[in-house]
Amino acid sequence: MKALLMRYWPYWSGPVRDAGFAGLMALILFGPVVGVVLKGYDFELHPSRVALLVGIVILGRLLLSLALQTARGKVWLQRFELGRDQGVQVVPAHQKSLWRWVLPLIILAALILPFYANKYLLTVVILGLIYVLLGLGLNIVVGLAGLLDLGYVAFYAIGAYGLALGYEHLGLGFWTMLPLAAVLAAVAGAILGFPVLRMHGDYLAIVTLGFGEIIRLVLNNWLSFTGGPNGLSAPSPTLLGLEFGRRAKDGGTPFHEFFGLTYDPNYKFIFIYLVLLLVVLLVLYVKQRLVRMPIGRAWEALREDEIACRSMGLNHVLVKLSAFMLGASTAGLAGVFFATYQGFVNPTSFTFFESALILAIVVLGGMGSTLGVVIAAFVLTVAPELLRSFADYRVLLFGVLMVLMMIWRPRGLIRVSRRGVVPPVAQGAA
Amino acid sequence: MTQDSILQVKGLGMQFGGIRALHQVSFEVSRHSITALIGPNGAGKTTVFNCLTGFYRATQGQIKLQTRQQTTDVVQILGEPFQWGDFIRPRQFGSRLFYKLFGGVHRVNQAGLARTFQNIRLFREMSVVENLLVAQHRQLNRNLLAGVFNTPAFRHSEREALERAFYWLEQVDLLASANRLAGELSYGQQRRLEIARAMCTQPELLCLDEPAAGLNPAETEALSQMIQTLRRQHALSILLIEHDMGLVMNTSDHIIVLDQGQVIAEGTPEVIRNHPDVITAYLGTEEDFL
Repeated sequence: MKALLMRYWPYWSGPVRDAGFAGLMALILFGPVVGVVLKGYDFELHPSRVALLVGIVILGRLLLSLALQTARGKVWLQRFELGRDQGVQVVPAHQKSLWRWVLPLIILAALILPFYANKYLLTVVILGLIYVLLGLGLNIVVGLAGLLDLGYVAFYAIGAYGLALGYEHLGLGFWTMLPLAAVLAAVAGAILGFPVLRMHGDYLAIVTLGFGEIIRLVLNNWLSFTGGPNGLSAPSPTLLGLEFGRRAKDGGTPFHEFFGLTYDPNYKFIFIYLVLLLVVLLVLYVKQRLVRMPIGRAWEALREDEIACRSMGLNHVLVKLSAFMLGASTAGLAGVFFATYQGFVNPTSFTFFESALILAIVVLGGMGSTLGVVIAAFVLTVAPELLRSFADYRVLLFGVLMVLMMIWRPRGLIRVSRRGVVPPVAQGAA
Repeated sequence: MTQDSILQVKGLGMQFGGIRALHQVSFEVSRHSITALIGPNGAGKTTVFNCLTGFYRATQGQIKLQTRQQTTDVVQILGEPFQWGDFIRPRQFGSRLFYKLFGGVHRVNQAGLARTFQNIRLFREMSVVENLLVAQHRQLNRNLLAGVFNTPAFRHSEREALERAFYWLEQVDLLASANRLAGELSYGQQRRLEIARAMCTQPELLCLDEPAAGLNPAETEALSQMIQTLRRQHALSILLIEHDMGLVMNTSDHIIVLDQGQVIAEGTPEVIRNHPDVITAYLGTEEDFL
């Protein structure tokens, strides 16, 4: 046994060293956290618990290092190394995308879903779709135009409070506020953006961060107007004036009575879900068009090199502003859906953590990638729901996920691909 | 020559804090000519370029562009600081305010002056064709609704842009690389793509900042041919900064020599070749020259 160990020592030495180092780190980390337990004013030492955890870490690290030395492990390791550099690729122009088959199926499944889902699942999916909308909006600002916006949640808040305040003070309903909130958020984006977008990089991030906090603090402290921390109630949507409540508020007919159905509180959520789905599909379509339009190309060019862009006659402030405004208006739309889905808004929904979450969606999904953002939005909003029992560890898992992503796929889940073009002469001949 | 000059620079001065980079620089670039700006390292060539193209705001002097049937004052469209007199002349105030809000480097390009950069500045993660499409931004149908609904007018405008892009790719011999990423191209190809991209903005004056830097002799020769073709076929005036004396002497009609921020000589290649000031200031001792 000993002879065998000695013979293969060159293969063992690396893993043993790695394992020893990992064990030391585990001892430093777990020692005070797990080994010392407070008891009243005193504390107890639990060396056995520390030993167990450190043992697990050492054994795991040893096995991992050994596994990586086998032929299959080396192949696996190489895949990681390769993943670092694979950035953008150009897809040949005539390559037919698989999406033309998959997309209709997904839309069909999404349309059928609400009629078979229970209320809990429906609310989770609605939340997921709201984050898809937010992710798509921020993707325009961060992913395409390359402007780091840390206060994106402010526009989301403007949309949500727009619905609640519009209903409270002006009697405006869901359908009036939906376009109006988008316009309102875009105007707010323009007012913030015009002076700020002349700066770049860190300054923009700081100013937007401040803007997000200002909006939240105003909402929190302007008691007479926004209701402060108590929040405001937001109206439910209506279908051509038919309400989804058990009883209509102003003597109208509720939806279920009009169609002779039995009352089901799910109707409201099914309706919100369908409208939201429609809006998400619309935004997806517009985003898909935008990247093939001059303005979309200008955003990406600006992200790549601002100086070159300016030397080519593009007004960088206006180009950035258009990205900022479109992103903001998408957040405004999402805010209206959020308010009507919750039936209630208060400032705690619009903290910096939300901004960070939306930014994480964009970064995880891959800057500029639409599909990646949709997947990341669902992963980051639905996963916490599935992991309810781990609620305490949500942020920890979030952090682990981020670290793993940065190692494995620093450019996001989905590789960004650019579409090739056919020379126009060949087009004419064909 | 004053009658038909495309660019007039008068008394240009540029001061960076205590350093006087340019002092009383005056010259003209005549239409359809190839003019070279030469000088030893640190003479202020790139500073002149950055002033002309609007990246620096000149501290003194005038820069006038005679393009697209009008005169453009480069210093004015960059947005000047307000002066006391503006507050009693509303019209002047309005113009200053407008250029302060919406003026800038892009207006110089819109006036018909395009440039390339000493250190290549391509959109590296976009395809070669897209690089050329971005350059045509101003000439395209930019209506948001037309683009979203993909109207016939929009498709027509995009198709024209593609045709123009492929025309320029052919001119600089990059057709085969149309669908590659700009960052993947070789150094020489990137230089050519940058010239094609500048040409896509349909300029009347093209400013090239050391276009032959890093090219081998064969590529330099091809570049010299290309510059002359551009001038002949596209009614272009060209201003270039270059260290490659062969290229400068062969291609240019007029040479301006800068040293320590001042113009020390100008004239035809023949004149410059034998100018005593140039020989001492720029090319060192007499024995070293050519």
